[in-house]
Amino acid sequence: MTARVRTASSAVRTPTSTFRGDQRPMTLIRTGLMLLFLLATLSSSGAGEADLRGIIAKFATAKGFSEIGAVVHELAAAGDPAVERPLAALADGNLYVRKADSLVFVGKEAGESVQLSDPLSGEASGDAAKDGITKIKVNNTLRRVIRDALGTLTLGAKDPAVRVAAADTMFKTPDAANIGPLDTAIASEIVASVKALLEQARAASVLVSDRPEADKLAAIALIGARGDRDAVSLLTSIEANSTDAVKQAATTAIANINSTLAFWDAGQNIWYGISLGSVLLLAAIGLAITFGVMGVINMAHGEMVMLGAYTTFVVQQVIRTSFPGLFDWSLVIALPLAFLVAALVGLIIERGVIRFLYGRPLETLLATWGVSLILQQAVRSIFGPTNQEVGNPSWMSGSFNLGQLAITWNRLWILVFALAAFGILLYVMKRTPWGLQMRAVTANRRMAASMGIRTPWVDALTFALGSGIAGIAGVALSQIDNVSPNLGRGYIIDSFMVVVFGGVGNLWGTLVGAFSLGIVNKFLEPYAGAVLGKIVVLVLIILFIQKRPRGLFALKGRAVEA
Amino acid sequence: MRGNFSTITKMFSAGVVAAGLLTSAPVKAADDTIKVGILHSLSGTMAISETTLKDAMLMLIDEQNAKGGLLGKKLEAVVVDPASNWPLFAEKARELISKDKVAAVFGCWTSVSRKSVLPVFSELDNILFYPVQYEGEESERNVFYTGAAPNQQAIPAVDYLMSEDGGSVKRWVLEGTDYVYPRTTNKILEAYLKAKGVAAEDIMVNYTPFGFSDWQTEVSAIKKFGSAGKKTAVVSTVNGDANVPFYKELGNQGIKAEDIPVMAFSVGEEELAGLDTAPLVGHLAAWNYFESVDTPENKKFIADWHKFIKNDKRTTNDPMEAHYIGFNMWVKAVEKAGTTDPDKVIDAMIGVSVPNLTGGYSTMMPNHHITKPVLIGEIQADGQFETVSRTPGLVMGDEWSDYLPDSKDLISDWRAPLSCGNFNVATGKCGGKGTN
Repeated sequence: MTARVRTASSAVRTPTSTFRGDQRPMTLIRTGLMLLFLLATLSSSGAGEADLRGIIAKFATAKGFSEIGAVVHELAAAGDPAVERPLAALADGNLYVRKADSLVFVGKEAGESVQLSDPLSGEASGDAAKDGITKIKVNNTLRRVIRDALGTLTLGAKDPAVRVAAADTMFKTPDAANIGPLDTAIASEIVASVKALLEQARAASVLVSDRPEADKLAAIALIGARGDRDAVSLLTSIEANSTDAVKQAATTAIANINSTLAFWDAGQNIWYGISLGSVLLLAAIGLAITFGVMGVINMAHGEMVMLGAYTTFVVQQVIRTSFPGLFDWSLVIALPLAFLVAALVGLIIERGVIRFLYGRPLETLLATWGVSLILQQAVRSIFGPTNQEVGNPSWMSGSFNLGQLAITWNRLWILVFALAAFGILLYVMKRTPWGLQMRAVTANRRMAASMGIRTPWVDALTFALGSGIAGIAGVALSQIDNVSPNLGRGYIIDSFMVVVFGGVGNLWGTLVGAFSLGIVNKFLEPYAGAVLGKIVVLVLIILFIQKRPRGLFALKGRAVEA
Repeated sequence: MRGNFSTITKMFSAGVVAAGLLTSAPVKAADDTIKVGILHSLSGTMAISETTLKDAMLMLIDEQNAKGGLLGKKLEAVVVDPASNWPLFAEKARELISKDKVAAVFGCWTSVSRKSVLPVFSELDNILFYPVQYEGEESERNVFYTGAAPNQQAIPAVDYLMSEDGGSVKRWVLEGTDYVYPRTTNKILEAYLKAKGVAAEDIMVNYTPFGFSDWQTEVSAIKKFGSAGKKTAVVSTVNGDANVPFYKELGNQGIKAEDIPVMAFSVGEEELAGLDTAPLVGHLAAWNYFESVDTPENKKFIADWHKFIKNDKRTTNDPMEAHYIGFNMWVKAVEKAGTTDPDKVIDAMIGVSVPNLTGGYSTMMPNHHITKPVLIGEIQADGQFETVSRTPGLVMGDEWSDYLPDSKDLISDWRAPLSCGNFNVATGKCGGKGTN
């Protein structure tokens, strides 16, 4: 593998470095590059272009990954930045051969047909039916080869993000031959952050070259300052393959990075804990109303979450087929709908089943368990037993780095969302007349009734509110979990655990309970493993409940004693 | 009161009739049909995977009837729902054999459900066709294993990753769900890797509970383990629903298939159908069948399936092919034996050879396992697999792993003189015990 990569990048190096190797002023080089780029992409009569087209045409006849790989090497060796388009398309699986005339095109899928464009100029070349073209296959090995080849070719790209990607690739696959191109790239780089990355990539290449020891030591210092896992990875392999001072320096640098990383690891565990806590909070917050405030042991709570997730799925289906432009808004649109659907189902359950069973917890438990089975099977009959695909909107995909912490956007948004849902619920409970009535009914039902509060309606609406909140939790959970009829099952135990641990009837208890359980769980997981970690948490809760049967924040009032 | 009473009686008798229709309507026709039992969960956790197999069986039986049935009789499917409840599997199996008098049963998915029905099948002497890849370490007279044994999936997959094409992997994460299949498979893989010279510190084994959904810690541990300067790969025996959040987390934390590929043994077309596949492109799976395999048999199978299920989007998968092979083998064995009597069919099964869907023939071996090719596929953006490697010939299922100390001396041969599923070649006695 490595051998193959080396051939690719060293072959690529020659033309690039002759072009960029001279020390003319920066601007001139840039203009030259631009011109070349323009020539390569726009003109249709350049000799270089004809050669490139000749090579690209070979894709049509290449059989098997090794032959396709050979064409990739040849194309990369041409050293023309124009090959970026076909190579990048190939890596993404977007390069096609038209069966009719064996011409190669970059394709973009659009429904049942594929929009074709010229592999070099990018000019549109009409549409083709899917069975009229064949996709050129790639595998991981080829993707790596292409990525490495593109790394060297795109060092001078206009878009800083592309240059960052190039520097990153060259850092991960260091090659002594890269030093020359990197030197020129560093000289012409104007963005400081990209320049730093290029210097690190150069340092990595120096380490695998036969440069003098002093250069290598400087390189290790530079890489050591980078301080992330990639740096450790590189230095470990250097440590194994070098001697004396260099080895010594690498060992020290690794030790330094690792001690810093250990600190970040603790930070990461806290973040994971908070994130797990926010998921627990979301799942439990509706139950804090139905079980916590009303005292209904609601085993169908998980199914309300599931209904919310399926509402999201239906919303996304409608958006996909009718309004594709709105996809990024799908979750925002799904939120009120999920609330309404789950609240409505909750209302029906309360009016139809639960109101006849108040004060009989065992029967409520069994009845709601039955309801949960009915709901699951109903969803299974309507949507089928398989998982449904709920897409992530673009603003919820990927991650960003905070120091050495990788924070994923979807987790961050779920945390924000959980806190917002909690805040709104708290406001409703404490600051609105309806919340006041709810609390009054909880504290003393008969007294509330004699004050003119229609307690049955308050019960029904409270239950609907709790169910609705579970529904919007489903919208968020659809982003990180399977949308299947079993979705709710995974959360019901955890939800009860959080509410009981935090103190029945106390919203703040649910908040603190969710986050402390999340953090404890995530701190145990790296040491005890996920299975044992969960068991330990359960045992701890049982012990805690022995000591404080009413949970963290016990509610004082008549209802509790009654 | 009287009115009430009669309504209740009416409802009751209606219920009885309905129940009768559901379970035993064909009683009067018992003599002119051959009954085939289908024992797959249609509700509960496993419904997600098993419902498809029930439908596939119904399709195969329909097709056989269209061809004129078997031994001049029509085939008739008897479907029961064991509801993902392991003890219920045994109960329903008993019901199928004793009450419905089925000639053979096609069913089970999880190993624990198979273990639960084993005693029933040996006691009542019937046949079970088990279509799912499993951990091996078992060979029963009444069971035919049409899914992959570890050497038909796990070992070739690891071989591929070690090869230059697969990226010459040097460091291994064995990530699994905590139950018998991943634990035994990982034991075999660990022994195999060590035999290949992989150091103990280059292997990380980790288990998570069923339906696990918060993969942040595990994925960052994989990332950390992968930053030791050696090419790293994950071998995943993560089961069912837990896969979706696992792959989502891999994508979110930016682990690309080119850097750390994940080789999965339980992720097929069906699982990918519920997933946004963009971040998964390039990750791998090892199976004996992919929907994307381009053979005339497979094209016909897919077309028939779409027609039968009336949905062009439904995928086919490896266990479906296993049922296809198993069912055709059973049909052939019954024709060979001239009877559906399980005893005779069991003997007739060995050596039966039928076309599989990947362009070759699968044969039933004396150890009740079959020969299959092993395919390694990369996940594509459309949720299908692109075959990147294929074993040159067929691989014979090896029930007792050669890499586990307990089972390396055991063999299985159900032909006449030996007739033993766990013969110990070292002691020369029948009745050895494997791992698990």
